[in-house]
Amino acid sequence: MAPPKKSASGIRWSPWNLLLLVPLLLLITPFFNRSGPEFIGMPFFYWFQLLGVVVGVAATSTVFAMTKDKPTTPPGPGRDVDELDEGATR
Amino acid sequence: MKWTELVIFVLLFGVVTVLGFVAAKWKAGGTLDHLDEWGLGGRKFGSWVTWFLIGGDIYTAYTFVAVPALMFSSGALGFYALPYTVVLYPIIFLPLLRMWSVSRAHGYVTPADFVRGRYGSSLLALLIAVTGIVATMPYIALQLVGLEAVLRTMGINGSGIVGHLPLLIAFVVLAVYTYQSGLRAPALIAFVKDILVYVVIIVAVVYLPIKLGGWSEIFSAADDKFTTAKSGGVLLNANNQLQYATLALGSALALFLYPHSVTGVLASKGRNVIKRNMSALPAYSLLLGLLALLGFVAIAAGVAPITNQATGQPDTNTIIPVLFQNEFSSWFAGIAFAAIGIGALVPAAIMSIAAANLWTRNIYKEYFRKDATPKQEAKQAKLASLVVKFGAVAFILFIDPQFSIDLQLIGGVIILQTLPAVAIALYTRWLHVWGLIAGWFVGMGWGMVLLYSIPSANGKRAHFGGSALALDKLSLFGWHPFAGSTVQIYVGIVALVANLLVAVLVTLIARKLKAFNGMDQTRPDDYHVDDGDKKLRQIGAH
Repeated sequence: MAPPKKSASGIRWSPWNLLLLVPLLLLITPFFNRSGPEFIGMPFFYWFQLLGVVVGVAATSTVFAMTKDKPTTPPGPGRDVDELDEGATR
Repeated sequence: MKWTELVIFVLLFGVVTVLGFVAAKWKAGGTLDHLDEWGLGGRKFGSWVTWFLIGGDIYTAYTFVAVPALMFSSGALGFYALPYTVVLYPIIFLPLLRMWSVSRAHGYVTPADFVRGRYGSSLLALLIAVTGIVATMPYIALQLVGLEAVLRTMGINGSGIVGHLPLLIAFVVLAVYTYQSGLRAPALIAFVKDILVYVVIIVAVVYLPIKLGGWSEIFSAADDKFTTAKSGGVLLNANNQLQYATLALGSALALFLYPHSVTGVLASKGRNVIKRNMSALPAYSLLLGLLALLGFVAIAAGVAPITNQATGQPDTNTIIPVLFQNEFSSWFAGIAFAAIGIGALVPAAIMSIAAANLWTRNIYKEYFRKDATPKQEAKQAKLASLVVKFGAVAFILFIDPQFSIDLQLIGGVIILQTLPAVAIALYTRWLHVWGLIAGWFVGMGWGMVLLYSIPSANGKRAHFGGSALALDKLSLFGWHPFAGSTVQIYVGIVALVANLLVAVLVTLIARKLKAFNGMDQTRPDDYHVDDGDKKLRQIGAH
């Protein structure tokens, strides 16, 4: 059993992750709460947010592509059998 | 009675029933007598299956009827469903990966399992499990509301128990094959459901606007309706913008705290499957946005909701079925109804499995049978899934369906209160276990008090009338920080903020007192394990 204070770390960070914040702009309603300009008869409010779907996909796809090659487990013998078996008892 | 529609509906229903039973053998593991197999489909679903499964899981029949119904009656506010599902995936992208890895490493089946492992506290895990079950139950009942809206539109609109009989039959069938096949049943049926839904919605959003004279006609018809009614509007107003944003954010934060969403994620094979799905699932968001607009299409087409013979009230949830019936030929309407009907079965099955997993892992095994074998766990979960489903049916049969809608509203607020213990704990154990417990009680209690204080928009009911709280009503022991303000906010976010503040405060005190913060079973590396790692825990073994 690991002492609690050790387990607080272990976060792996990539600057690309910041891209995930971009779609949150869709929560700032004053940006787009208006009717013009219209697109195929749809008020701005509606088509702008539909466009937001594409922005969201672009953000998650880019982060996926850019962080794909990084190994999720650090190379080398960091883990031994005893550590791994610990959780398997439950 | 609409016979063509009914025949097509029953045929497609028959197809998915067969699939439900066949699913037991699909990608079968060594045994179904283990929760990894029955409750998580063997933890080996690839990208496509996961896409259909999670899509079928979170875009439910109720969503399909209720979101356009909200647009129909309130206008722009109902469109919150779109930003909600857009911000959803970027927010959950990273936490979900950690959740998947740690659950894979330790064999966790439910979010409460993770909390149990992270804090070693069976009390905190119990709170999380109970919250999950309570929030999920009315959600299952609501799927029945969606299914019933379709059945009533097809002419099966009897009064009393007889009027509910088709619903009961549909649910008995569902219960039996879920019992037998576990999560594989909804996973396989989701293929049929989602394909039908895509076809129907795409046809509807292309064909109907052309038929009705284009989007500008539709929007001006909607504008006329709201101007005449002096409520709602095609744009947001000064009072409901904050409500719109906080409802979208709160719903996004809440969605993957629901046990059924976690079930769908944990059933996937590896981290890359989840990552790919974070980019692929928004296809459903686009669909949902277009579907929401059908609420306005229904206004332009002059749709009137059907009166529910069981309650005597006009049911706005019938507007989409009625729209399809009026505007489509009856065979296509039949397909559309089947899409909605099957769309009720998939989430209902996953939700009942998720609730059953919670019951089995975090209550039965924790408090009644500590030495339960995996086989006994699986047996217990199967039985629990039956109890959960018939509980949901009883809800609809014996209690006003409005009660389920109220409860689901409450469900969204209360599931959000598990965010600190489940989502924040994925990153840090800084919050003390007593802080989390205290925060949960405060968030829960205050959320309920606030919801109780909200009257419905039409003034008919004094309590639980919605989730939009006027800031004016916000009071802290009699102190009104925003007195006089008519701006509205989503209750769930208010309760969550209170929850977090209390959690931090109690954490500081507990640390000062050096209170014991539980034992952590997990290690930093556990949050990064992936499919294919050597020495990874075996599936379906203890």
